[in-house]
Amino acid sequence: MGMTITEKILAAHSGKNSVKPGDLLQAKVDLALANDVTAPLAIKVFYEVGRSDVFDREKIALVPDHFVPNKDIPSAAQAKIMRDFAGKHNIKHYFEVGDMGIEHVILPEKGLVIPGDLVIGADSHTCTYGAVGAFSTGVGSTDLGVIMATGEVWLKVPPTIKVVFKGTLQKWVGGKDLIIYLIGKLGVEGANYRAIEFTGPVVKELSIENRLTMSNMAIECGAKNGIFETDEITMNYIKDRTTRKPVIYKADPDAKYEREIIIDVTDIGPQVAWPHSPDNVKPVSESGSVKLDQVFIGSCTNGRLEDLAQAAEILKGRKRAEGLRLIVIPGSQLIYKQAIQQGIIETFLDAGATIGPPTCGPCLGGHMGILTKGERCASTSNRNFLGRMGDIGSEVYLVGPAVAAASAVLGRIGLPEEL
Amino acid sequence: MKIQGKVWKFGDNIDTDVIIPARFLNVSDKEILAKNCFADLRPEFGGSVAKGDIILGGSNFGCGSSREHAPLAIKTAGIGVIVAKSFARIFYRNAFNIGLPILESKEAVEAILDGDKVSVDLITGEITNVNKGVKYAANPIPDFMRAIIDAGGLVEYVKKQ
Repeated sequence: MGMTITEKILAAHSGKNSVKPGDLLQAKVDLALANDVTAPLAIKVFYEVGRSDVFDREKIALVPDHFVPNKDIPSAAQAKIMRDFAGKHNIKHYFEVGDMGIEHVILPEKGLVIPGDLVIGADSHTCTYGAVGAFSTGVGSTDLGVIMATGEVWLKVPPTIKVVFKGTLQKWVGGKDLIIYLIGKLGVEGANYRAIEFTGPVVKELSIENRLTMSNMAIECGAKNGIFETDEITMNYIKDRTTRKPVIYKADPDAKYEREIIIDVTDIGPQVAWPHSPDNVKPVSESGSVKLDQVFIGSCTNGRLEDLAQAAEILKGRKRAEGLRLIVIPGSQLIYKQAIQQGIIETFLDAGATIGPPTCGPCLGGHMGILTKGERCASTSNRNFLGRMGDIGSEVYLVGPAVAAASAVLGRIGLPEEL
Repeated sequence: MKIQGKVWKFGDNIDTDVIIPARFLNVSDKEILAKNCFADLRPEFGGSVAKGDIILGGSNFGCGSSREHAPLAIKTAGIGVIVAKSFARIFYRNAFNIGLPILESKEAVEAILDGDKVSVDLITGEITNVNKGVKYAANPIPDFMRAIIDAGGLVEYVKKQ
């Protein structure tokens, strides 16, 4: 019987010729990931397993990004646990402040994830790497601690939902709009325990950045992973980033899908997910006048160069609305540098933005832009749960970078056309 | 093995951000995490859960962030079992991995009220509303998850392999 892309990668990593949904596998991991919040617990588990060393010092990535540069004394202690562990076990892919960035931004950027890989991370947005043709999913710290010791993980083969995007994209509509539109249709539990395969003529034209945004938010409808077929765009993206050989999997013509969803994007304008759930989605054009206190452009969802460039294109020669805070956080050190070289940072500064160092920042209510009661923020991040970015009386509206930039100028949620 | 205690009832889509808000993730000390469990949604929770109390959740319990601090905080606070209509994928794994019992039962969640006294048989999956004498059956736990429980969590399971 034919297999989906996800099934093929899982089969290849568990020494099987064929797998089907529901099969329980013991799979070999190409890369295991943890951050400054999840690593300390995982390290404790690693030592409990009782192995003297990690399974492969070159197949573990440890990225301080949630609370760094450290926001307080306890978070400095957590980061130190990870730093000391990385030093002791000579972990190759440890990224210190000054080299680091948001984990899901820098791993693809540095070519550490390539097509055909199986990547497991102690962070729910590990699903981001489906954009480069890898199977990747999030787990907790105990799973990750065991993986650091053994290099293996148990996985149940998920049924796959095929999502076909067709039609013609409107201006200012990107990966963010497509994925939150889909989450609005599926609901936050709509793909729980499932794989999503993104396909169709629209996604075949999308940049890797847009695909990363879409795979990133697969978890927001519960999905285990969200994967794209590797194509010329993928190969161009990885070619100067790795010396490893990618393995390209395509779905068989007779692959079995649990369901197929066809979305015609022609009539879809920019979208916004209202508080307090990523599936509370409506078109920006029907959002009325939502007055804003803050706009945040950044995160593992939309903190890449293309996102910043799009926002800057709209902010060029304009100023943020009076009384509104505009916070921009490039996703990595490299993106920060490129944004400086291309004049993007200058545009942001002239528009009245403040620029933060690469970090998750306010996305998860960590630091650098926490909201108080009654405040509203339009954010290019991925979650707008109750209290996600601060007080439970605050509100987060999820948008793409174009709408975020336009909204910063308007002082309310709005479209670039309104400027 | 039986768990008996008071019910703390929650709705659908309880995410791990409300279980343990990010501002408390700067430590991994489970006692501190437990004290701050549901700090915003039910501030009295961390200080007043009695050992063996039970959480009832709606659908998609534990969605969002993979932070294992969430089930760890719930377990350390004293909760003996979570019964929900359904669990989000990562939370489901994490709970088994750390030895926090979880069961699925739509009927029990719909019928049992906040504050009710409930007894749960972790072996048979029988859920009893002690006040009303009504019994409900939980969905059977998959064999592989049962093997992890029987071993005493994932670490012990792996050590035995």
